[in-house]
Amino acid sequence: MAQNRLRRLFLLATLALVVAGCSVIGIPDSPLNSLDPQGPFSRRIDALFWPVFWVATAIFVLVEGAVVIAAIVFRDRPGRPEPRQIHGNNKLEILWTVIPALILASVAVPTVRGVIELTSCGVDAYPVEIIGHQWWFEYRYPEEGIDTATVLVIPAGREVCATMTSEDVLHNYWIPQLNGKRYLVPGQETLLRLQADEPGEYRGQCAEFCGLSHSLMRAEVRAVTEEEFTAWIAAQKEPAAEPAAGTPEAAGRDVFLNRCTQCHTIDPVNVVVEEAFNGPNLTHFMDRGWIAGGYLPYSRENLARWLSNPPDTKPGSYMPDLALTQVEIDALTAYLETLR
Amino acid sequence: MTAASHEVSEHHDEHESTGVENRKLAMWAFLSSEFLFFGALITNYLLYSSRTFEQGPTPAEIYDIPFTSVSSFVLLMSSLTMVLAHNALSRGDQGATRTWLLATAMLGSVFLAGQVFEFTEFITVQGMTMQTNPAASAFFVLTGFHGTHVAIGVIMLLSLFGLSKRMGGLTDKRFLNLELVGLYWHFVDIIWIVIFTVVYLLTAVPGAGG
Amino acid sequence: MTTTTARTTTIFRRPRSETGFWSWITTVDHKKIGIMYGYTAFIFFVIGGVEALLLRIHLASAESTFLTAADYNGLFTTHAVTMIFLVVMPMSAAFMNYLLPLMIGARDVAFPRLNALSYWVFLFGGIFLYSGLIFSSVVPPLGVTPGVTGNLDPSDARSFFGLPDGGWFMYQPNAGPAFSPGRALDFAVLGLQILGIASLLSSVNFIVTFFNLRAKGMRLLRVPVFIWMTLVVAFLLLFSLPIIAIALFMVIFDRQFGTLFFDATAGGDPILWQHLFWLFGHPEVYILILPAMGIVSEIIPVFSRKPLFGYAAVVFAGAGIAFLGFGVWAHHMFASGISTVAQVGFGLTTVAIAIPTGVKIFNWMATLWLGRIRLATPMLFALGFLTMFTIGGLSGVTHAVVPSDWQQHDTYYIVAHFHYVLFGGSILGIFGGLYYWFPKFSGRMLDERLGKIHFWLWMLGFNMTFAPMHWLGLQGMIRRTWRYDPSLEFWNRIVSVGAFIIALGLLVFMWNFYRSKRRGPLAGMDPWDARTLEWSIPNPTPVFNFAEVPVVHGLDEFWHQKYGEDKDGRPVRKDDADSTLTRLQEIGTNPPNPVHLPSPSYFPILMAAGLPLIAYGIIFHLSLFGKALIVVGALLSLAALIGWGSEPLEEAHMEPAHA
Repeated sequence: MAQNRLRRLFLLATLALVVAGCSVIGIPDSPLNSLDPQGPFSRRIDALFWPVFWVATAIFVLVEGAVVIAAIVFRDRPGRPEPRQIHGNNKLEILWTVIPALILASVAVPTVRGVIELTSCGVDAYPVEIIGHQWWFEYRYPEEGIDTATVLVIPAGREVCATMTSEDVLHNYWIPQLNGKRYLVPGQETLLRLQADEPGEYRGQCAEFCGLSHSLMRAEVRAVTEEEFTAWIAAQKEPAAEPAAGTPEAAGRDVFLNRCTQCHTIDPVNVVVEEAFNGPNLTHFMDRGWIAGGYLPYSRENLARWLSNPPDTKPGSYMPDLALTQVEIDALTAYLETLR
Repeated sequence: MTAASHEVSEHHDEHESTGVENRKLAMWAFLSSEFLFFGALITNYLLYSSRTFEQGPTPAEIYDIPFTSVSSFVLLMSSLTMVLAHNALSRGDQGATRTWLLATAMLGSVFLAGQVFEFTEFITVQGMTMQTNPAASAFFVLTGFHGTHVAIGVIMLLSLFGLSKRMGGLTDKRFLNLELVGLYWHFVDIIWIVIFTVVYLLTAVPGAGG
Repeated sequence: MTTTTARTTTIFRRPRSETGFWSWITTVDHKKIGIMYGYTAFIFFVIGGVEALLLRIHLASAESTFLTAADYNGLFTTHAVTMIFLVVMPMSAAFMNYLLPLMIGARDVAFPRLNALSYWVFLFGGIFLYSGLIFSSVVPPLGVTPGVTGNLDPSDARSFFGLPDGGWFMYQPNAGPAFSPGRALDFAVLGLQILGIASLLSSVNFIVTFFNLRAKGMRLLRVPVFIWMTLVVAFLLLFSLPIIAIALFMVIFDRQFGTLFFDATAGGDPILWQHLFWLFGHPEVYILILPAMGIVSEIIPVFSRKPLFGYAAVVFAGAGIAFLGFGVWAHHMFASGISTVAQVGFGLTTVAIAIPTGVKIFNWMATLWLGRIRLATPMLFALGFLTMFTIGGLSGVTHAVVPSDWQQHDTYYIVAHFHYVLFGGSILGIFGGLYYWFPKFSGRMLDERLGKIHFWLWMLGFNMTFAPMHWLGLQGMIRRTWRYDPSLEFWNRIVSVGAFIIALGLLVFMWNFYRSKRRGPLAGMDPWDARTLEWSIPNPTPVFNFAEVPVVHGLDEFWHQKYGEDKDGRPVRKDDADSTLTRLQEIGTNPPNPVHLPSPSYFPILMAAGLPLIAYGIIFHLSLFGKALIVVGALLSLAALIGWGSEPLEEAHMEPAHA
């Protein structure tokens, strides 16, 4: 009876494991997968991680194996004699002090080299500035005078050196596929090197707890070819398109002028002067493909959701509920979609 | 917190012991912790004093070194009188002990009065409060905590003084009380010497003050 | 502090109850205090556990709406604060209080009333911290510009009104006045300050006890490892608490009195907070783990029937970990933008600290090897500690590699790492200790079958909860995240299920404890055939501990009273072992000589009661009521201090007949 039940239980457990195994295989990697390096810096870190991981695994197997074996082999059974009272062994003590020390020293050497290599930017690196806000990232291209947000456009295959700071609290810029993370500290500057091998989109996330909507403070690095990058720069320098009078877009522009200009800039429509109410620059809003600090992909539906009550989507959002009517939202959407 | 707690250990023959009385050992342990307390405060101040701020003035710009030198000297002298009190008691001279205890407390109070004057001067005349800049915050919090320690010391000295009058002496077991208060008092003095040297003398802007 | 007058003792009649409510309120007995620490910490363990379960229910789906962001942030903050300061630390303190005098052959700690004060300060600190739930509001403290929208908006949906939501690490300026208005964080900051006072008093007390009250013959290298670890922890506390005290003062001054320490707009330095916090915070990690290491070092030899392998090495490794522990704090800040030199330096010290940790693990393994291992529940938990802690230690080495840490920092990989250390380490060790010493304080045995069910449920639940977190972290799931990428949902569900299995295991334990305390089999003198002095006295421990203060001749004194060795070095039970035990039981229950014990006192609890009043006063200091509270609290503590100073430590002498 009992055996039967045990067997059935075992079968059930196996089944559960198989089901679990199958569903695990079906899981796609996260876009923030840190084990999928797509640039030289993340690859450098990856190359440091794996050897240490395997050494740790070997020690893990050794220690756990020894404990399990000891628990089985030396288990108290009838007739087992009393153990000899061994108090210690100096040679062994030295051995298991020195061997781990050597292993750790061999881990330490590449670590030190890695730190030194990765903490300062190369001389030819393309400079950008990243500024953290609750809860979105602002990017400035000092050589071009461009100010944008959420999606950092960089040339693939070229090193970008980001000088970072924060407007308010601590943030942390992290694009796992391109490099490790680095804090954005108010009143101070930190450096982060970024480089992507190939054109593509690399997702990122603010990694340091920064208040209510910390988890929704996301980022993206879009790596493009050199030609595309030059074209992008040129497009960014263009002022926003002026809608023809009487169109829905023009109505949207009026809504913008009435309701949004305290925080948002659209060049040449207006420029925000007061730092404290600085929101993302919207001059080329449609270029990003993301809204709400990178939390929602752009779609009319999502934009309507966002505009109708921002703090409902992003708790604590500094963009208040403006009580926009559906008509206003539609007009605003029409206008914003012209900002390419 | 430590009064009369030593009975537990009176059977010294039953125990392995350092030979240092329990309460004294406790006081040493506590003071070692206090060293780090002030260490952290002084470090904070030094960190901020080397920076510049939009809002002034910073403490270093308005120190009145001659004045603080005098009050530091007063506090230093109080350590001397504390030693004299200790010596008097070990000679068994109750009267002298009382006198020196009172003198120590008085010198401590003079130092405190000096600090009150200094704070008032900084706040009202020089316009530097805790909210002026981080260096000022660090200065007030550091010296404020030190002043609190001095004040507690003065209270302890005065209660010793009162005790010596009412109980007809500080002898025997209560000798230790005086020793403990003495330890604490010297500690507070030493910390002030460090503060005066490092925080005042070394960071003061030459020619400033007034 | 200094007054001793005969007259004042009559003001307050000395408490006399030996049983019942007042005996607990006024006790200065280290055993009762230890037990109170234990129960209090256990209640907080349940609270912290419920908080964890709420978090896990929420995190079972990627776009969950179970908790609001504000509640979520509040719960992960209080979960951490509770588990660290109100569970693991006081649980360890429970063992230290109960066992320190017993294992060194003393009648009590050096300062019994101070010990009671520590407990009451801890209890009131914990209650104060949680009272923020009721008394805090979102009315901003000083320094906040009203009318700014965003996270200052009091309309943020909060059902757990007033939970502090800045994280237990309270990184500035997010936890400062401008970005976390309201009083919730002030309760956390001042609560921690009060708890720090409790720990500081305990540490001084334990240090003096260790150095001055060891029984005759108990030289330093005959002291049980758990007691050594108690001493090491006491020193860690002594030297790290002043740092956090300063840091917390700076925050409370910033929040309440308008100083500018961490206000970046005025030139304040947020990174300074990190340095101060982790200069305390990293030693704190060892404060949490070393007691469990000590417990395991006691359990493994007993159930292997061998002395601890390399006793001196284990002791020195513990001290070495503590020493190095003060030099590794900035490894929490590798991503903070500290200088390259600092990163390299702290990377190296962090790597180095793995060496003494390894020494400990290898010595425990060597103790097992060639032993005669009884897999009783305490031993299972000790082996659980050994295996799970090793995983935590190894994952720790992977982020000692600084660049790897830049990837892993602030992800679930770190969450997995420190839960393997703090749950797989500290909590498993502590529960091992509970199973092992339960007979010591109750006189009865816990049920072995239920104990084993508890153990296996925990091993299953624990690994289901925390092992997948390694993977989640490497997949980029950040910590303290209210929402996450949907691709991570599968493993998060597994984690959430695991958390409930842990809760189930705890319920089994609670049932076991409840039943065994009443009806468990009587333990008798020496249920585990143990090695150390605390088992040489009857169970439960008599109120005076040792009828005759023992004289110690070597390490594992009690074992050598029972066992000799043959020429092979194998233990042989002495002919008179049983009669020795009978004699010990006999004098333990009927002490031949009168035993002098410290008398109970009202003053510790009264003095402790003043502290939360002062803290409330600081929080409400803008009102007259607040100012009055500060005065009342200070006067209460001062009055208690005077009363304390004027009552002698012991009055009534315990007569043998009463025992």
